[in-house]
Amino acid sequence: MTASLSPGTEIYPGPVSARPRAVVPDGAIGPTPDVEIVDVTKRFGTVTAVDRMRLAIAHGEFYSLLGPSGCGKTTTLRMIAGFEQPTEGEIFLDGQPIAGVPPYQRNVNTVFQHYALFPHMDVAQNVGYGLRQRKIRGTEERRRVAEALELVRLGGYDKRRTWEMSGGQQQRVALARALVNRPTVLLLDEPLGALDMKLRKEMQLELKALQREVGITFVYVTHDQEEALTMSDVIVVMRDGLIQQMGGPTELYERPVNRFVADFIGTSNFIEATVVEPPDEGRHVAVRSARGLTLRGRVTDDEATVRVGDTVTVASRPERLEVVPADAAAPVGAGITQINGRVQQGTYLGDQTEYRVLTEEAGELIVRHQNAAGAGGAPGVGPGDPVIVRWQRDANLVLAG
Amino acid sequence: MSAPATSVARAPEGASGVDVAHGGVRQKKDRVGSLVEGWLRGHAVLIYAFLYIPIVVVVVFSFNATDRRVTQWEGFSLKWYESVLNDTVVQGALANSLIVATSTAVIATIFGTMAALGLQRAPRWFRAPFEALTFISIIVPEIVIALATLVFFSSTFDILNSLLDLKLRLGFQTIIAAHALFNISLVMLLVRARLSGMDRTHVEASYDLYGTPWRTFWQITFPQLLPAIIAGSLLSFTFSFDDYVITTFVSGAGSTTLPLYVFSTIRKGVTPATNAVAAVMLLITLSILLIGQIAVWRNARRSGQHGAQASVAGMITEQSG
Ligand SMILES: Nc1ncnc2c1ncn2[C@@H]1O[C@H](COP(=O)(O)OP(=O)(O)OP(=O)(O)O)[C@@H](O)[C@H]1O
Ligand SMILES: [Mg+2]
Repeated sequence: MTASLSPGTEIYPGPVSARPRAVVPDGAIGPTPDVEIVDVTKRFGTVTAVDRMRLAIAHGEFYSLLGPSGCGKTTTLRMIAGFEQPTEGEIFLDGQPIAGVPPYQRNVNTVFQHYALFPHMDVAQNVGYGLRQRKIRGTEERRRVAEALELVRLGGYDKRRTWEMSGGQQQRVALARALVNRPTVLLLDEPLGALDMKLRKEMQLELKALQREVGITFVYVTHDQEEALTMSDVIVVMRDGLIQQMGGPTELYERPVNRFVADFIGTSNFIEATVVEPPDEGRHVAVRSARGLTLRGRVTDDEATVRVGDTVTVASRPERLEVVPADAAAPVGAGITQINGRVQQGTYLGDQTEYRVLTEEAGELIVRHQNAAGAGGAPGVGPGDPVIVRWQRDANLVLAG
Repeated sequence: MSAPATSVARAPEGASGVDVAHGGVRQKKDRVGSLVEGWLRGHAVLIYAFLYIPIVVVVVFSFNATDRRVTQWEGFSLKWYESVLNDTVVQGALANSLIVATSTAVIATIFGTMAALGLQRAPRWFRAPFEALTFISIIVPEIVIALATLVFFSSTFDILNSLLDLKLRLGFQTIIAAHALFNISLVMLLVRARLSGMDRTHVEASYDLYGTPWRTFWQITFPQLLPAIIAGSLLSFTFSFDDYVITTFVSGAGSTTLPLYVFSTIRKGVTPATNAVAAVMLLITLSILLIGQIAVWRNARRSGQHGAQASVAGMITEQSG
């Protein structure tokens, strides 16, 4: 991937690794975040688009704002860019409060969803637009435009008309037009939304590689969880204007703090249960489902207080579960849960096979087996067969609240 | 299945009633449909003939070599053009017309565009009445505007003249002012239509790329408005150039325009000279439209527009559609 980008591009001097990359925890002393959103609320009439948001965006990282339609992702970007003013709270850019600073004085650039390329300008004029507004003209403008185009692999396209280009190419022009200005932060609002699946996947990897190369902070808006997992260093999951959870892809997938996140990122099985034993030092608790199934698992949210009698949800990922034919009884080890069920449906997905198993104790469970060659992935069961579903204790994610 | 579809496809423009006939039972309706279609087509031809044959006749007969009877063809000659173009009265009227039309176009374009831009930003409760007034001013019969402006000018001038001892009177200024009045509405409508069809994200993109509002206007908004502005200025020019009703009310001594001159000559009977003057007017109007069309085409080619946005006529029909 990186090889496909032009080597030796110099417009972003200095090794990326030398830059501070730490995510600044709340209140800690460290390098100033590029963007700091402090208790920001944005209301449109009676609609609260963004609700008491608190977010520090560290330098050089790839952030994604992820959430369903209408959760306030675009509104957040527009407040950073300066197109909307927060109703409450404050936004800092490079440590400076930016309330009242118009968009054209903010060192932030945006890649718009439909690119918003200027139709009456060619590619080079489009890319050089921001430079010209800052009085960078002539040879310096040409040099930087050429470098930016080289960076997005559009070298030699300077004189093209933007409306003659393909969607993917227009997307790159939009990217070059923003990057050429070396903004503190680059904001991208679903920039791949208009592209077809294959191109989308390609561009995801390319964007990520590009971001590493230039070392500019990206804030990327998407409602596609797969896209967010592929590209981001930090994913901010939002719902109804509220941040649900924030963390790296692994953290969000392995330790979702609530049912919404567990459901929105990847697929989960959910079992409603009541806490029967208080958490130990490792925050493991024992819970019992309404149908009498006892499970042990770790409480994912470190902040949550869990007491005996509380209602919780136990989530588990389909690939952490296993189905075996009912007659091929496997040994029951410590920390393994086994329950009986009947296969409702088996779906071959190419790399995986997905089983839907109806169980007495836990309702319907989704189980996925990897279809590795020669491996015992496919257990040879079909609809109607009695099976045993089993899983390790550490697959149980106890979601409080 | 395909038979009705093809006959719909063949239906002439403006005969869209035909598809309705095809909507129901296929076979029988098809015969009826093609009859209706043929009838409509013939009708369309008649309408165009009715519209354009008189114009063709005027132009053809302006080359008539006759000395007396206009309606009798006696051979080709350019002598009427020669006599008309050497006539100082015609020259004066032509000059007056050009001055009036150019001034009107400039004033109407500038103020119409500014009004459109101003209204775009205004809140709806403020904008709506102004938009309604604009439409109305275009629909109001010309004679009413003519009368109203005349009454306005003469009464105001009377008061001012007696109060301040001025010598204001009807003339060029009053003609231009009256023409500009209704052409401002026209330009405003055209520019408004274009503005509301414009992509707001282009302006935001410019702000995002450090463009101040002023620079954004000139670099992003204005170029995209240009076709509408050109169309508006050309239409104002042509409307002003051939206006008779308003002009005749508010003109004064020494401000006779070409249409007024033509009208005064035909009272003595139509001569080949009148035809020649009309042909000259036609030529000027068409040239102006052609120049404008070329400008719009060039602009459209640069920004990849097609269809309605790429022609002056398209721009005019666009905002009424
Ligand atoms: N200019 C506005 N006026 C009124 N309401 C608005 C405005 N902009 C956004 N909203 C509302 O604020 C909420 C959040 O909108 P926003 O555009 O930020 O959502 P989003 O997360 O970007 O959604 P999507 O994925 O559909 O783009 C929505 O309920 C929306 O209707
Ligand atoms: Mg959005």
